[in-house]
Amino acid sequence: MALTREQLAQRVAQEFQDGYYINLGIGIPTLAANYIPEGVEVMLQSENGLLGMGPFPREDEVDPDLINAGKQTVTMARGASLFSSADSFAMIRGGHVDLTVLGAFEVDCRGNIASYMIPGKLIKGMGGAMDLVAGADNIIVTMTHASKHGESKLLQECTLPLTGKGCIKRVLTDLALLDIEDGKFILRERAPGVSVEEIVKLTAGPLVVPDVVPQMTFV
Amino acid sequence: MSGFDKVVGSYEEALAGLEDNMTVIAGGFGLCGIPENLIKEIRRRGTRGLTIVSNNCGTDKFGLGILLVDKQIRKMVASYVGENAMFEAQMMSGELEVELTPQGTLAEKMRAGGAGIPAFYTATGYGTPVGEGKEVREFGGRHYILEEAIQGDFSIAKAWKADRFGNLVFRKTARNFNPMAVTAGKISVVEVEEIVDVGTLDPDEIHLPGIYVDRLIQGTFEKNIEQRTVRSA
Repeated sequence: MALTREQLAQRVAQEFQDGYYINLGIGIPTLAANYIPEGVEVMLQSENGLLGMGPFPREDEVDPDLINAGKQTVTMARGASLFSSADSFAMIRGGHVDLTVLGAFEVDCRGNIASYMIPGKLIKGMGGAMDLVAGADNIIVTMTHASKHGESKLLQECTLPLTGKGCIKRVLTDLALLDIEDGKFILRERAPGVSVEEIVKLTAGPLVVPDVVPQMTFV
Repeated sequence: MSGFDKVVGSYEEALAGLEDNMTVIAGGFGLCGIPENLIKEIRRRGTRGLTIVSNNCGTDKFGLGILLVDKQIRKMVASYVGENAMFEAQMMSGELEVELTPQGTLAEKMRAGGAGIPAFYTATGYGTPVGEGKEVREFGGRHYILEEAIQGDFSIAKAWKADRFGNLVFRKTARNFNPMAVTAGKISVVEVEEIVDVGTLDPDEIHLPGIYVDRLIQGTFEKNIEQRTVRSA
């Protein structure tokens, strides 16, 4: 079975380590904040100028001056700090954020990522995604493995305009966890009940399948 | 206005000298920390052909989006322009030119513009449509593109508190692009919720010194919320 949104978020959260500063993109990455492992303390960075993002506010806590990068009202966690957008991206560009998680349309075997623009369709903009992929060393891309029509999103070469070049080393899809090394995808884990054959069939780029590919485990 | 006193008496006075075809840099992220009354004043003045530099372009009904109603914006420099049907229509018809700029690059362009740095190298955008036609240099085995600073004929910004000298304090994530926007305008106009006496603000707590501010006005704010998200109990 392909992973649900919640399972994707849970698997992302398994990568969180104690003391990590983390930037979570909009969508599934944001959900990962609900599954922070016990005993692990992380601080969430919101690129509009907040380090130490807390949960959504209660009705009586709503403050229009306190939002996240998705423009949702939020709260601040203990030990939070506030700063300008320039300082925020200095943190990101300067490589100070330990982990970045974001979505994509396509990833290829050379670590290229396309996530912001489909020619002919409405262009809304890249927001902070280009800065995040260029600045971070440790990035996890979350996406579906293939389109609804069964077209692979893990490619030999991205077909859409790039968000970043050669910057992705790890991809989590609804079917598998893969690393990108030396121009190849390496299959590290598979979703429970998903066969290696199915993943091979839906991966267009070169794929290395180790002898043992463990299934993901969820608590 | 006299000496270091930056306070002006009206919004009309605050934007005196703003003319057609000028470049205006605006602070704010989404609808958070936007100079909402200065934007309304631009609408009232009917200034046209504007180049607006701001992370977003408001919504159909609020923020910079209201300048689309009478097609006052010729060009928009922004990182994200969703959530606005009028924007979409004018972009598709070619009436509105859009220059998409990565968010961190946009912040740095403003910062550099205010700090006398004409351009800077960044890895952001290398190998993407953003990097096309831009100078590339290699430092330590990585590729970087040359991005130029931005300056505005005017900048408009919102802060929380100020003293009459224009020393500014921002509040929470309403700070966002505002400090850099203020520094990058030839004429910098700031609206605030409260103006206090000089000497009241602790100098250590001032986020942006008044040297960057030319005109200051106190306003009242609607502070619309784009995505009101709450948890139960």
